[in-house]
Amino acid sequence: MWSLITQIFPYAVAFTIPLLITSLGGLFSERSGIVNIGLEGLMIIGMFTGALTISVLEIAMPGAAIWVGLLAAFIAGALFAMLHAFACITLNANQVISGIAVNMVAGALTTYLARNITGSGNILIIHGLVRKDVPVLSALPVIGRLVFTQTYATTWLVLFLVVLSTFTLYKTKFGLRLRACGEHPHAADSAGINVHLVRYLAVMISGAFAGLGGATVIVTYSGEFNGTAAGLGFLALAALIFGQWKPLGILGATFFFGFASTVANVSQAIPALAKISGIYLKTFPYIVTLIALVLSSKSSQAPKALGEPYDKGKR
Amino acid sequence: MEYVIEMLNIRKEFPGVVACDDITLQLRKGEILALLGENGAGKSTLMSILFGLYQPDSGVIRLKGKEVRISNPNVANALGIGMVHQHFKLVHNFTITENIILGSETTRGLVVDTRSAARRIRELSARYGLNVDPDARVADVSVGMQQRVEILKMLYRDAEILIFDEPTAVLTPQEVQELMKILRGLIYEGKSVILITHKLKEIKAVADRCTVIRRGRLIATVDVETTSGEKLAEMMVGRKVTFQVDKKAKKPGEAILELDNLSVRGPGGVAGLKNFTLEVRCGEIVGIAGVDGNGQKELVEAVIGLRKADSGRILLKGNDVKDLPVRGRIARGMAFIPDDRHKYGLILDYSLEYNLILKDYYRTPFSRKGLLDHKAIRRHAVRVIEEFDVRAGQGAAATVRSLSGGNQQKTIVGREIDANPDLLIAVQPTRGLDVGAIEYIHRRLLEQRDNGKAVLLISLELDEILKISDRIAVINNGELVGVVRAAETDENEVGLMMTGIKRGAVS
Ligand SMILES: Nc1ncnc2c1ncn2[C@@H]1O[C@H](COP(=O)(O)OP(=O)(O)OP(=O)(O)O)[C@@H](O)[C@H]1O
Ligand SMILES: [Mg+2]
Repeated sequence: MWSLITQIFPYAVAFTIPLLITSLGGLFSERSGIVNIGLEGLMIIGMFTGALTISVLEIAMPGAAIWVGLLAAFIAGALFAMLHAFACITLNANQVISGIAVNMVAGALTTYLARNITGSGNILIIHGLVRKDVPVLSALPVIGRLVFTQTYATTWLVLFLVVLSTFTLYKTKFGLRLRACGEHPHAADSAGINVHLVRYLAVMISGAFAGLGGATVIVTYSGEFNGTAAGLGFLALAALIFGQWKPLGILGATFFFGFASTVANVSQAIPALAKISGIYLKTFPYIVTLIALVLSSKSSQAPKALGEPYDKGKR
Repeated sequence: MEYVIEMLNIRKEFPGVVACDDITLQLRKGEILALLGENGAGKSTLMSILFGLYQPDSGVIRLKGKEVRISNPNVANALGIGMVHQHFKLVHNFTITENIILGSETTRGLVVDTRSAARRIRELSARYGLNVDPDARVADVSVGMQQRVEILKMLYRDAEILIFDEPTAVLTPQEVQELMKILRGLIYEGKSVILITHKLKEIKAVADRCTVIRRGRLIATVDVETTSGEKLAEMMVGRKVTFQVDKKAKKPGEAILELDNLSVRGPGGVAGLKNFTLEVRCGEIVGIAGVDGNGQKELVEAVIGLRKADSGRILLKGNDVKDLPVRGRIARGMAFIPDDRHKYGLILDYSLEYNLILKDYYRTPFSRKGLLDHKAIRRHAVRVIEEFDVRAGQGAAATVRSLSGGNQQKTIVGREIDANPDLLIAVQPTRGLDVGAIEYIHRRLLEQRDNGKAVLLISLELDEILKISDRIAVINNGELVGVVRAAETDENEVGLMMTGIKRGAVS
């Protein structure tokens, strides 16, 4: 059993991390009051930008290319998210519809560009990130073996961003204002806060994080852009709700998804699980989510003003 | 005499109405100036202009003699003008401290410095006798406390001119007393206050001068001390207001509503109403008197069907309606004027005419073969608007959100009384109304009674209960203390009973 867990663990973590960072991006957007179901599309933008940048640069500057690619995805995600921000905040459009539009445009646009660039629509990178042991810590008993061996650098980067985001949301001026905009924008406005500006920033952060999440998939376990994020963005959104719009909740929810999905994927190779039909294992996390959502709907912690365009004139 | 604020010849138009027409208002340093006017007179609009929420079409504002342009609330804040709105602007899941500092946070490094802010709030709270706990969450404190948070918000920003828009409409009589004390404290510390209220008693109690407006026009500014309440009311409404209602003696008929040993759980599962037994008969008004939060809410919600009763019976004209849904009860002759008009009474973004058929839209004449008949809906709306004097810029088509607070209330009252129900449950039916409108609503309630219908009146205002009820049921801690005849009792006795002290019940 122990060896099984140590075997699965690195894969589960690798799968969790892109989910985590994307979901965290969604947290910024939604706590400011803007629904962002465009996370899927924003991840695709990140995957495309990351893969393209790395494939172009990796011959000239091996090693550094990956980091440049991640940065490019981060920026591209933020810029693309401005589309969503413009529609929802400036034009007061329906946020769900705008999110769907983002998803459709992102998928179509990147596939079109990729076809023109490579001919096949796929963009391959030759070298991904290399798994490394963390010095010193990997020698710790139990934990060292489980958490600190064979890790991707992006994992540590994302975990750092989780801490940074939690700090930002709950301790800083910007965080306080951002949460106020999501709960009661009129209160924020009458306190002199520029609701539109705060929401723009929040949506751009969500785009940047989702872009980073997409690129992380490319540089860790996938290695190839093929025009889809395979529903990871939607899963991140589910984790956001499952985690009740809180950083720690999201950490738990994404890890749960990551672990459950990995178990389902490798189940056929594990005698103890091979007996259960793969379909049950694969649907397991989603069914648990549904049940959890039903049970928690009464005490939902969703931001009060989520999804409502801010209309100054309303009394 | 030096004026801290002067609003000179202010005019503001909305589609279809002139909300303010050449109004001049001058506030002296260290005084409380009352602003009095009927519903829709333009009081909130005038104050919103002063706070920078609206721009006047013409007219000037002077601050200590210097002309200023207040383009948004930030400018108002910077000029030392603060406002407590008719509806509070607080983030429910923030602490009181967070709500107060929002927008003008001080930081230590990157971290918001809530500790020293809380200290300053404690100091301010002690100085003005506000008794606020900076660490409590807004969602957990009473409405009266939330209002003090709004006051602290202004004080924290060093506001010198404080505007209160109907602050007492949402308060219990006890809280009103405390607010009056707080207002005096503010003046003592050198602040200047503009107070909007419909209650002449409150104006008499704290205000120095009173500016009266009617239908957007200035009538006069008078000294409160030398002007009687009747005179103020007459200036405001434009005719004599009789504060007396003529209540003819009447013999009630058979019971319409019978509550039999009714028990209802309140929020969090605590007992809200305990073994409550009461009867309301044809041709009588029964008032429920009690301090807020003693089971009135549970009683009302159980009778109308918004909350499940745990045990006991609710009989309407002899039939148990305990298990019927709200619509079933309405169909059998109940009507309901809720106390929270935004939550239960209105759909703010619907037009006035739609709000007037919220309960009947599926019935003829409003609906024919499943389709709405807009002509019939409009005719109905025009009639109710006329009858209840609901003032709206665009008439039946106006969205309810654009109506003044008092006119929103008249919309609900009009809808419910117009349904001519066998049993009318009226919770605070005159909250936020001007004295003229109150007089009218009281007359209509008595008319219901004289036509042999039953009315259950729940109000926190003892005056109102004593004035129009036939019998008064006093409630304390979810239990019936006793029932007394309005003609045979007075404020003192009922007040005493509200604290739980019984006397021999009369039937
Ligand atoms: N945003 C708006 N759009 C359209 N009409 C408005 C708007 N705000 C106010 N009005 C109209 O202007 C008039 C004055 O409204 P206001 O809210 O100032 O009245 P008020 O004196 O505060 O009344 P109340 O005592 O009932 O609160 C009303 O006829 C109202 O319908
Ligand atoms: Mg008003």
